[in-house]
Amino acid sequence: MSVTALPTRAPDYVIHGRGVVPGITVGEALVTRDTISGWGGVNPMAGKVIESRHELNGVSFADKILVFPGAKGSSGWSSIFHMTRLAGTAPLALLFNVTTTKAALGAVVLRVPALTDFDRDPLALIATGDLLRVNADEGKVEGWRAPR
Amino acid sequence: MVTLTTQEQAMLDGEQGPAVARAMALLVRYADALGAEDFVETNNVAGVPGSASPWMKEYYAADGGDYRAVFSRFDLDSDDVVDVPRMNAFSCHLQGGMDPELWREQGMTEAANANFRYDEEQVAAHGIQLLKTCTPYLAGNVPVMGEHCAWMESSAVVFCNSVVGGRTNCEGRESTSAAMLAKRIPNWGFHRDAYRLGQHSIDVQVSVDDVFDWGLLGYFTGATVEDTIPVLSGAITNPSLIRHKHFGAAAASSGGVEMYHMVGITPEARDLETAFGGPPRGERFVYDAQARRRTWETLNSVGQSTAVDFVMLGCPHYSIEQIALAARLIEGRRVHANCALWIFTSRAVKAMADAGGHTATLRAAGAMLMTDTCSAISQAVPPGTRVAAFDSAKQTHYLPAIMGIEGWFGTTAECIDAACTGVWRGDLA
Repeated sequence: MSVTALPTRAPDYVIHGRGVVPGITVGEALVTRDTISGWGGVNPMAGKVIESRHELNGVSFADKILVFPGAKGSSGWSSIFHMTRLAGTAPLALLFNVTTTKAALGAVVLRVPALTDFDRDPLALIATGDLLRVNADEGKVEGWRAPR
Repeated sequence: MVTLTTQEQAMLDGEQGPAVARAMALLVRYADALGAEDFVETNNVAGVPGSASPWMKEYYAADGGDYRAVFSRFDLDSDDVVDVPRMNAFSCHLQGGMDPELWREQGMTEAANANFRYDEEQVAAHGIQLLKTCTPYLAGNVPVMGEHCAWMESSAVVFCNSVVGGRTNCEGRESTSAAMLAKRIPNWGFHRDAYRLGQHSIDVQVSVDDVFDWGLLGYFTGATVEDTIPVLSGAITNPSLIRHKHFGAAAASSGGVEMYHMVGITPEARDLETAFGGPPRGERFVYDAQARRRTWETLNSVGQSTAVDFVMLGCPHYSIEQIALAARLIEGRRVHANCALWIFTSRAVKAMADAGGHTATLRAAGAMLMTDTCSAISQAVPPGTRVAAFDSAKQTHYLPAIMGIEGWFGTTAECIDAACTGVWRGDLA
């Protein structure tokens, strides 16, 4: 559970999309331009990407809002992310560009808010460390840029 | 929101019992996540229902820690534990964690084997067929044109869609387990005509006429078109089951291809216009001698030392044709003292290999024919393995990364030769 306080100022950007899994959460963004493999690409016990040559190789997505282009690889994608929920290493929310059965089913069994089909490209707008309020019930993401 | 038929609503309301109701509830959440408008009926489901590591059984200890608990809580993602009846759809278990007889050789413990046997008994008791393979189409489950399936296993999915014209998305464990009970899967993606049309062209300008070259072309194709649908045309000749099997597995692993068209070869690509549903669209890529060499070099970039200590064949699981060829190649030779040769297949195909004397030929040469799993799935390699060799682009893609070892990719003959000499001499002809 995120306990991050929201800034009182207006968000720096707002993106609209389609809710994949409903829910509302607040947290820090972790952004990658690389698609993510589940089985063979993620260690669910550690909540980390382990794919060599992946830009997040070795990085933990636990309790982060994962912003990524989409899912790739083995059909074990959903069960690997399902395992992160059991292991307590799950991401807080998922924002992805391309809907696949892997990403959709993974979001469902993660039981975290998830959005896709955005009006603006989240990969172009959101940077790692930004504070996000994800409202999948209303199909909205508000972002506050991290100082950089 | 997905629209339910009267019967589906009744299933959701519990008319067929709590397990079917939980399955329908998960499928409704999944359909809504996809944005699907309705379901298709399916009577052909292949997944990994209820199989669980001791860790997962321990996690659900408070719920009983048994098959029922794992199937309810994990497979159906249910908040409560329900009785799990015999499955309603024709349901198949894909590959599993170890060979039922050679598990000690694979480095498995007694406890792990006991867990494996328990799960297998439960799977059978729930009316799920023990195909135990990534190639269900070689072990008694061949879909037909237009059949709606719900399959896991990317190499089987791409085969189903592309080669026989069956219809399946790349499903996951939870969706297939739910579909086994509810006989439904979201009507989305490859179940729909428009989604199956080609998106990019690949012009094949170098001759592709053996299983090795079909594999190289597959690996190039996935890396080039990623997860879109390619339409290949040109110098591709003599299609066969094992060529398609190798091509599709390679394309699915390097890029996530779930369907491809080959003009004049695959059933939904009578001509270019049929494959694209109109004039060609997307980008046009060329596969020529340079692209072929680059692909081979990429696959072999995880190899340094030529001292090979492990050769693994059978990814996807070998067909009887491939086992017979391997047996013929190794007859009269012996696996080198510093090397091991493991070949993987399904139980059904192994029974044929036993009957045909191939298992004995391989055994006499010091090789082992194993079923159910593969080195990547079970993370099982002979002790001390540092350098492996494969005739599968898919296994070359996965195993070195998973196990932190070196790997070489070549022809079946090169692999058998490496197994018998302990030295990799592969080269691109």
